[in-house]
Amino acid sequence: MGLIVAENITKDYQIGEVTVRALKGASFDIEPSSFVSFVGPSGSGKTTLLNLIGCLDKPSAGRLLVAGMDVSSFGKRDSAIFRGKNIGFIFQDFNLIPVLTVFENIEYPLLMVQNASPGERKKRVMSLLDAVGMTEQKDKYPDQISGGQKQRVAVARALVTNPKLVLADEPTANLDHKTAYMVIELMKRMRNDFQTTFIFSTHDQKIVGEAEILYVLEDGELVSKHMKGGENHA
Amino acid sequence: MRNLFKIAIRNLRRYKRRTLLTASLIAIGVIFVLVFVSVSGSFKNMIISQITGSMLGDMEIHRKGYVASIDNLPLTLMLNSQQVEKAEGAIKKIPEIEAYSPRIKFGGLFSNFVETTNIRLNGVYPDMEMKTLPLLASRIIEGEKAIKKGEIIIPELLARGMKVKVGDMVVVIATNKDGSVNGKQLKVGGILESATGPGGRDGYLHLEDTVEILRMEEQEISEIAIKLYDFGKLNKVANRLDADLGKYMNKQDKPIFEVHTWETLSPFYNIARMIDMMTLFIKIMLIAIVLISIMNVMIMAVYERIREIGTIAAIGTLPGKILSMFVMEGFSLGVLGAVVGNVIGVVIVYVLDLAKITFDFGRQTGLVLSPTLQVSDILVVSIIVIIVAVLGSLQPALKASRMEPIVALRHV
Repeated sequence: MGLIVAENITKDYQIGEVTVRALKGASFDIEPSSFVSFVGPSGSGKTTLLNLIGCLDKPSAGRLLVAGMDVSSFGKRDSAIFRGKNIGFIFQDFNLIPVLTVFENIEYPLLMVQNASPGERKKRVMSLLDAVGMTEQKDKYPDQISGGQKQRVAVARALVTNPKLVLADEPTANLDHKTAYMVIELMKRMRNDFQTTFIFSTHDQKIVGEAEILYVLEDGELVSKHMKGGENHA
Repeated sequence: MRNLFKIAIRNLRRYKRRTLLTASLIAIGVIFVLVFVSVSGSFKNMIISQITGSMLGDMEIHRKGYVASIDNLPLTLMLNSQQVEKAEGAIKKIPEIEAYSPRIKFGGLFSNFVETTNIRLNGVYPDMEMKTLPLLASRIIEGEKAIKKGEIIIPELLARGMKVKVGDMVVVIATNKDGSVNGKQLKVGGILESATGPGGRDGYLHLEDTVEILRMEEQEISEIAIKLYDFGKLNKVANRLDADLGKYMNKQDKPIFEVHTWETLSPFYNIARMIDMMTLFIKIMLIAIVLISIMNVMIMAVYERIREIGTIAAIGTLPGKILSMFVMEGFSLGVLGAVVGNVIGVVIVYVLDLAKITFDFGRQTGLVLSPTLQVSDILVVSIIVIIVAVLGSLQPALKASRMEPIVALRHV
């Protein structure tokens, strides 16, 4: 069984009296330790899909299993607990907490979500700081580091709890091409080192090729699946 | 908890100017309350100590019905010797009572052999009265600070009006309860400073002289004034005394005695209550200041950090922890304002105390204001500020904790 199993999921939004279908019966299966990208133009449903997988939203119809759990039945608190345990997030705008240092930002999920011991927190954070090459910047605040460095910190924060899955919504949108490429490389390396599944959305054609599995979305429909060096499905 | 506190402090430092303004507002409120409480409390306590320490005593025992007719100083509602014995027995059983003084109060005529006027007098045992009213001696502004047999201490207004000096001979004439009139020649032993309140313009003479003037075959007493070691135990002692004396009934099966604290005997109690009421209103104003300023600042904090709230919620922070983060911020702001306000307030009160500001109250002039703060005042104000700060941050914190992460993350 895959880490993520989506069966015919749809998502409707009510905007005034109009119902907008953002996702139209998407079905897919993502295996553990995959490096997957959802691509498509703006409004194609990438973020909606990532929000559903990340238990930030619920499908209007269909069945969605993440790590063997039917996440569509979760309440708010259950969702938060599930996310804290199983999912790491990387955001387009980095979303680091400005009043916390680099070290403290990475430490935050261990401290405030998982209540890890001080020794464990320090060991884990230092190891990730080293992995993302930010050890020397550990005492700096987010406004004292560059965009690329911020995203590296965000990657470390997403991985610090040993999640099964890391979701990154347009993680390179606010970065220049060179830095974007480096961040994707870092994510790939982290996948190899930690065996964590990475799913990211992008509409940047230059980094699309870095994904091992590529799902193409158009107008809320999954139109094709491409596997690097493998078969393609329409 | 330590980490929540750390994040709260850093968030407060993040918006330095806003934090400073809000904390200043709270501090000003705290300063205002502390200065008002100390100054009004000092005034109130000074007047109460004047009233209880130089005129009334902390409480008094009378025969039932006496206080209702106290303006007439009735000689028909006195305590006889057996009743006085019972009252003294009850007084001696209460260790909180420091001293007591039996008095005969009566109205009479005062003559300097040229003019005659009316006078209200207290016949007392000097030693007992001085122990019960420790400030009485300080009111004797001319003559020896004592009440001797054959002498009378007269109020200064009377002395001035009748042109009487210390050492002059005068006559006091009074009608006893049987209606017979008697007089006695007395020497003016002292002039008594007038004071505001009941008994503030009464004269004093020895109780044995009073018995003679009123031709009492058996000594009777109008009232017994009582002084306590600890004024704070006033109500407790009054209740006990009331209970102990309440068992003595007259032939009609009605209580013989009545016990009154200074509060029911002096009209200043109404002023004291008004001061307490004003203090309460000032505290309510402080609550409003803290509540509005904390709510305002926390609502702004939540609004400005919606995406941040979305991020920490997405990461898996439980709603309760998000709530605690913002409540902790409000709490810290309240503590900051309270600490700053308390420090400045204490300094201002100390300076006011050093300044020895004087004021007049009624006939009393040159009273020195000596404001002091009790630890309990500081604690009460601090607790009010902190509780209100927490309450003020609760609504914005609840709003933050109930935010849907997906909505918060979309916020621009």
